[in-house]
Amino acid sequence: MKTIPIQVLRYRPEQDAEPWWQKFDLPYTDDMSVLQGLLAIKDDFDGSLSLRWTCRMAICGSCGVMIDGKPRLGCKTFLRDYAPAGLRVEPLAHFPIERDLVVNIEDFIDKLESITPYIVPKEPRTLEQGEYLQTPHELELFEQYSSCINCLLCYAACPQYGLNDKFVGPAALALLHRYNADSRDGARQERMQIVNAKVGVWSCTAVGYCSEVCPKGVDPANAVNQNKVASAKDYFLRFVAPKGAAR
Amino acid sequence: MRKPYVRPMTRWWRRDPYFVRYMWREATALAVAAYAVVLTVGVWRLAQGQAAFDGWLQALRSWPSIVFHLVLLAAMVIHAVSWFEIMPKTMPMLFVDGERVPAATITRAGLVTAVAAALALFALAWMLKP
Repeated sequence: MKTIPIQVLRYRPEQDAEPWWQKFDLPYTDDMSVLQGLLAIKDDFDGSLSLRWTCRMAICGSCGVMIDGKPRLGCKTFLRDYAPAGLRVEPLAHFPIERDLVVNIEDFIDKLESITPYIVPKEPRTLEQGEYLQTPHELELFEQYSSCINCLLCYAACPQYGLNDKFVGPAALALLHRYNADSRDGARQERMQIVNAKVGVWSCTAVGYCSEVCPKGVDPANAVNQNKVASAKDYFLRFVAPKGAAR
Repeated sequence: MRKPYVRPMTRWWRRDPYFVRYMWREATALAVAAYAVVLTVGVWRLAQGQAAFDGWLQALRSWPSIVFHLVLLAAMVIHAVSWFEIMPKTMPMLFVDGERVPAATITRAGLVTAVAAALALFALAWMLKP
């Protein structure tokens, strides 16, 4: 069986002052993903390796890691693409390392909760009145942003988040936009307070790497930057229009 | 036991070629500002009369000035190309006949407009040449 050199960044809070690289010569087949490789290491070489994973098919968003320095899903990246030189796997950048490849994502979870990540109906309807109707165009305005799986590759790609973790960041702002851009939603004004804040969209400097690394084609940079326009309108319109006109 | 390890951000811009490109895009904005200063000085010298303006034109024809302008031109090309690359991400979704305009089309349209504007300006300057 072919083997591939793989280095994994290890950090055991009980023993280690700082992370260190552990090397393996991993037997692999062409159909093996990096996630499968890591699980093979855990099964056959070192059972103490900690990592997050669930679905193995790019939908749960748990197995995000840095592979050769780039944020990627372990399950959507193949070992064969790194042969014969090998690869380095480390935990997602810009998040504190909890243990080995596991990072602390509490900060993101708090941000996700803060953006009201659900539809607040603009006009309540009874069951008798039937469903909320949308045109295909109204759907297209938010559909791509609803594909976010919270894998946080975009945060690992965002230097502004790395430099200041108060920044709400790409995924939370993309999801915020997903609801603000939905014709059925009525909570826009509440969410605009997050958009308008210094740590909202204005902390983004349009690096654009978040959209490059997104495994689901969400394009968070586009969501954030559309909201710079929305935020500017929100700011200036209140001088020229009576109360409530900025919606 | 919890003892989260925070990795440093030292020299983060060298970590990924994408960040290096981003830093070039941002740094070349200084070249755009520098050229705006050169033109402003020209207007200022013009206000001081014919002799002052001729002196400014003379200074532009010197070797250091030509080298400086070539550097500025290169920087502006980098700036324009990298900005039009990111432009589709910075603007609201565009729809033509109900179809979303692809990002590559927006980038191309921006680049074509920039080249056309530069050529038109060059042609105008050529025609007005004394």
